Amino acid sequence: MKSDIGDKKDENVAGNGLLHRRALLKASTLGIAGGFLLPAQANLSSIPGAPQSVYGKPSRFTGLQREQTAGHPFGPEAGSSSSPLQSLNGTITPNSLHFERHHAGIPDINPERHSLTIHGDVNQTLKFSYENLLAYPMESHRYFLECSGNSYRNTLPTALDLTAGSLNGLISGAEWTGVPLHYLLDEAGLGKDSSWVIAEGADASGHTRSIPLQLILDTAMVALYQNGEPLRPAQGYPMRLFVPGCEGNISVKWLEAIKVQQTPAYTREETSKYTDLLKDGTAEMFSLGMEVKSVITSPSGTMKLRRKGVYEISGMAWSGARMISAVEVSADGGKTWAEAMLQSDSQTNALTRFRIPWHWSGQPSVLQSRAIDSKGNVQPTRNMALERYSMANYYHYNGIQSWQVDAKGIVKNVYV
Amino acid sequence: MFMYKGKERLFTIRRPAVIVLAFFLLGESFAAEACENTLGSSVSAALGEPVEHYVSSIVSPDGSGLPDGGGSVAEGKQVYETQCAACHGIDGDMQGNRLVGGIGTLSSARPIVTVGSYWPYATILYDYIARAMPYGQAQTLTADEVYAVTAYILHLNGILSDSAELDALSLVEVDMPNEDGFVELPGMGHK
Repeated sequence: MKSDIGDKKDENVAGNGLLHRRALLKASTLGIAGGFLLPAQANLSSIPGAPQSVYGKPSRFTGLQREQTAGHPFGPEAGSSSSPLQSLNGTITPNSLHFERHHAGIPDINPERHSLTIHGDVNQTLKFSYENLLAYPMESHRYFLECSGNSYRNTLPTALDLTAGSLNGLISGAEWTGVPLHYLLDEAGLGKDSSWVIAEGADASGHTRSIPLQLILDTAMVALYQNGEPLRPAQGYPMRLFVPGCEGNISVKWLEAIKVQQTPAYTREETSKYTDLLKDGTAEMFSLGMEVKSVITSPSGTMKLRRKGVYEISGMAWSGARMISAVEVSADGGKTWAEAMLQSDSQTNALTRFRIPWHWSGQPSVLQSRAIDSKGNVQPTRNMALERYSMANYYHYNGIQSWQVDAKGIVKNVYV
Repeated sequence: MFMYKGKERLFTIRRPAVIVLAFFLLGESFAAEACENTLGSSVSAALGEPVEHYVSSIVSPDGSGLPDGGGSVAEGKQVYETQCAACHGIDGDMQGNRLVGGIGTLSSARPIVTVGSYWPYATILYDYIARAMPYGQAQTLTADEVYAVTAYILHLNGILSDSAELDALSLVEVDMPNEDGFVELPGMGHK
């Protein structure tokens, strides 16, 4: 295809202006050099600024905030808020902007009055105080956490004109630090036929989930720190279960008890909810792993491109229990694709940032990303992702997000 | 890299206890060096405190966790109408919080997902009501009231007759219409 940037033909890597990453480093392609120069001088403060603070806050100019996505009509505290993906970059979500989902609000727990009890099919029921847990060896891992209802709005019949965060922001990335749960289970002594654990939270929803024991032994921790500081109350302070790569709901917050037994408990939160209804009327249960997925966060819904020229398309990708091996980006609604640069270490169960330069010629365009994981799973189109499921299902949707850029540069969620 | 695998990890956890012992035997200068090797943790062998009698409220489909007591559909009607109807509707069919109806609709274009049409085991009702309902006043119902209101909700769904009573034994025996409607995914539960 004809390039709009003259001698940069060799930089094109896919249709409608997707460019090799070299292109972004050449100021001439940005269309901002040349022409005329504005007068400028250094802008230095002449008076001292604010003093130190005991706990920092972002600049008042950033306007960062979570977006409220849902609340129960009878109890707004039983709702969710999403990370403003379009305003963030990199792979770590600040603790104040990590998505939230609560079934009965955020309990205010004094760690001195909270403990974790391991009971059921064990040799010895044991209680662990917060203080004692702090003395165990810990591990730190960069993990994503995604609500199984993330992106459910894109399962609805009509595409909603919302931001990337409002549509897809029930996912966040953080460094989680805690005690591998197998230490504590080993200490209690597992019964020989035990194969499930039932994790119970201390909040008023009585949140309770059954999880295969092997999954717990392989990967789970009792998380005590998030991005270096003790958990926030909204994330389960003083302690939460963390099962990486799985639907966020099983990483039970305000973790109070773990029962070991031979079967699942089939609680309300794994039968009535968090099961995936198929078209034939049957439903999948214990669909715990989160699927391969990505979303372009810039440019994204409700943004406006104010000039023609080169932009960096940037987004994030993830896949439960797998690494992201590639992310492909299309600027022509999926006709042609180019491989984006993975601009962070690709780690199992962590967010991966991807970037690719794009020359917007001013023509209407549709931007898409599709992630490919280390098992070769390819993120499906919206139609493929919805194909098996009932209209009533809103969990585990991982279809490709499409952003339309119109001739005025306005970016909007569309279904293609 | 700080990793534990298999039996090695047990050894690694407990090793710091040896280091603590070394502190007393060999004196402070050795201990200071040893502390660097433990990455700052002051780990002793096992810090879980034994518990003699732990009462768990987790109810499984085999009836484990169910308390003594019982209640009838008639008693449940009273509990339901004073404690539940405001949010779920007098007939259990309030939009958004619907408990009743929809049996046979799951494969239709507009499935109606309720206790009656979807939930696989009656024990789930007991477990959930006892721990989380009424919303805003969780754990205030007695065991008898929970059995009774469970019976009433099942009656509203046509699963129990109006003269039925429930206790720990009979609750486990209730046949739910969609018990066989689920497929359990193994392991990580990836599709």
